Amino acid sequence: MAYSRKSQRLLFISVGLGLAVIAVIFMALAFSSTAAFFKTPSELQQETAADGQRYRLGGLVETGTVVKQGTQTDFSVTDCEASLLVRTNVILPDLFREGQGVVAEGQLDAQGVFVADKVLAKHDENYMPKDVADKLKEQGVWQGGGGC
Amino acid sequence: MFTEIGHFALILATFIASLQMVFGFWGAQRRHAGLMQATDQAALVSFSLVLLAFAALMHAYIVSDFSLLAVWENSHQDKPLIYRIAGTWGNHEGSLLLWTLILTLFSACLVLAGRGLPSSLKARVLGVQGSIALGFLSFMVLTSNPFLRQAVLPIDGKGLNPLLQDIGLAMHPPMLYLGYVGFSMAFSFAVAALIEGRVDPAWGRWVRPWTLAAWVFLTAGITLGSWWAYYELGWGGWWFWDPVENVSFMPWLSGTALLHCAIVVEKRDAMKVWTILFAVLTFALSLVGTFIVRSGLLTSVHAFAVDPERGRYILVLLALSIGGSLGLFAVRAPIFKPGGLFAPISREGALLINNLLLAIAAAVVFYGTLWPLVVEALSGQKITVGGPFYDRTFVPLMAPLIIVMGIGPFMTWKRADAGAIAQRLGLVLGITAVIVVAVIFLRRGGAWLPYVGVGLAVWLIVAAAVEWWDRVGLRNGSIAGLWQRIARTPNAAHGMSLAHAGLGVAIIGMVGSTSWSVETITTMAPGETAALGQHCVRFNGVNTVPGPNYTALRGDLTVLKNCQDDWLSLAPEKRSYPVRAMGTTEAAINSRWNGDVYVALGDEQNGKRIVRAYFRAFVPWIWLGGILMVAGGLLSLSDRRLRLGIPRRVRAAVAGKSTQSAGSGLVASKEAQSS
Repeated sequence: MAYSRKSQRLLFISVGLGLAVIAVIFMALAFSSTAAFFKTPSELQQETAADGQRYRLGGLVETGTVVKQGTQTDFSVTDCEASLLVRTNVILPDLFREGQGVVAEGQLDAQGVFVADKVLAKHDENYMPKDVADKLKEQGVWQGGGGC
Repeated sequence: MFTEIGHFALILATFIASLQMVFGFWGAQRRHAGLMQATDQAALVSFSLVLLAFAALMHAYIVSDFSLLAVWENSHQDKPLIYRIAGTWGNHEGSLLLWTLILTLFSACLVLAGRGLPSSLKARVLGVQGSIALGFLSFMVLTSNPFLRQAVLPIDGKGLNPLLQDIGLAMHPPMLYLGYVGFSMAFSFAVAALIEGRVDPAWGRWVRPWTLAAWVFLTAGITLGSWWAYYELGWGGWWFWDPVENVSFMPWLSGTALLHCAIVVEKRDAMKVWTILFAVLTFALSLVGTFIVRSGLLTSVHAFAVDPERGRYILVLLALSIGGSLGLFAVRAPIFKPGGLFAPISREGALLINNLLLAIAAAVVFYGTLWPLVVEALSGQKITVGGPFYDRTFVPLMAPLIIVMGIGPFMTWKRADAGAIAQRLGLVLGITAVIVVAVIFLRRGGAWLPYVGVGLAVWLIVAAAVEWWDRVGLRNGSIAGLWQRIARTPNAAHGMSLAHAGLGVAIIGMVGSTSWSVETITTMAPGETAALGQHCVRFNGVNTVPGPNYTALRGDLTVLKNCQDDWLSLAPEKRSYPVRAMGTTEAAINSRWNGDVYVALGDEQNGKRIVRAYFRAFVPWIWLGGILMVAGGLLSLSDRRLRLGIPRRVRAAVAGKSTQSAGSGLVASKEAQSS
């Protein structure tokens, strides 16, 4: 087989471009169907329920709302403007506490309850989701960490 | 007092680093021997100073000197010694100091080990290293000084976050940093080569050991992090596709590509521009990784609270280093002459395809991690992508990568004999098919996709084994002299086989744990039993146990084999730390060859306790795979051909006398150089 610098470069470019095109198609298809929207409770309340769209809900665990029953836990997530009931069956992380930042991932059910299959707290107990911090600053109730 | 010395050393190191930068570039440009020698001295002095600063900070943590702000915020007298030491780098300031310490350590190693390097190249490499060190040291001194005092002396510290009081903290960040920073060496070599306008096989041979060392550390760091996130509850398991995990994975992908194309530069004098580009990109991704974790830019489980003022400095540093080096690349890359030719079916061809796939895979991860930021900036819509996105994009890219990984090592350089390779691959395919059919028969049922994943992994392992078998001459059936043949085979070849097989082992673990795990979540009174797959779990009760700086509620659980005989005993804990008024949940894990039994305690309700029990199939294989990859990398690193400045002649000597020691190899190299 004859091969030259030119054919080598041609091979290189065509293989590279081919792979890149395939990857871009994959990404475009996957992105539209798998991306979860990150919302605060007040934003999520305006959404229509139960269309199967996955969301990440970020906010603070509202003080006094955590109810445990069997393996199920109910709690409200608030952004100091609106709050939303979250129901979950998963292990709550150690840093999950009332008045602290939390991110729940899941879907809205027909009753408007947020059913989470992932509940995440942060490594750092002073951490607060950026959106919530921004919102608190807007409302002028920012205390540099901690609750509403 | 020691603290003041450390603080002073840190500031002095900043100045020495700037001298190192100026002397290095200026000396190399003017070919001034004295200045270039001064660069060496500056690198050594700057390492000693940063080491002194680090020792002073560690001392402050060990003796609990709470007059230091950072110590007060992150430490406590009651903390066990190991976590007081690890606490040195368990926070923003300390971790930056560790980063810089490792950076200057690598520079010092280059001075000590790189006597065979051309002096102008070495001076330029050290100059680049000095400028990186300058960036980090000034960042530390100006915005994140670990030696800041506070006016009022508190009685006790705030304590380290109990979640971070773990052996994982002692090991994971230093390993990861060794990897990140290690790639600075390849970066510095690449920038120096761009300035000099020269890349040759010798350059490839100098770059490879540093890249390999960095890759080994990064692999170890990622594996350790994965292990830590796995046994710590609520961190998303061994891999979560979390942004902070992704940013450590991107330099790993591009570093792996760099490792392989540096071989092509060394052996075939080809793919030079490609290698330089990867060296720049890998370190750029490492910098992005370091900073994203510390800047709070991305929404992540592993996020830490951050100071926004630092963000701007970080952004400027990133723009200077990445923009500068890529700009230099754009201007200088066209001057490199294209190297050796090769046919599409050749070792180079296979490495090229794998490099393309790795680059695209890194781009996919980059897109998934950072595109949401762009979307937010453009539309105000906040989105995140997680596992499902990567399942559909990253995973399909890995399939051809693994197939080519199996084929590539059978190929010869320049032009491979397709017929001979097809014959060996037929054998590999046959063995793989037999094993996969056996697995399907043993497991019976379930989705078919996991079997494809396992099939690919088995293909990779079998290919590595067959290639090794052929290489050490077992193909013709002669056992006599086998040991000599194994010893004569370069360690780099053994390392490759081991690392490739290690990836296969890890993939089996990843596929198995994702597809074949079972779990049970239930409330149990003492004495009750619950089913877990084919086995059962019995809850015997809890008791209170004191710890060094916590009290633990320890559960007593028994796993019954096939729900009949007592089999495993597990003791998960719930700990409470009075200093931070915080609790942690410690899972109990019993590892078997085919998976982990994983049990965690929940809260008590009406005399019953929540128990979560899992059988996580094949998870230990992930760690075993990581260990094999690290071992393969180390073995390859021990290859005497990789020692700096060893010319070709040694290989002939080694082939003639396999028991020759590394020491005499070095002597031989000195002789060859002087001749």
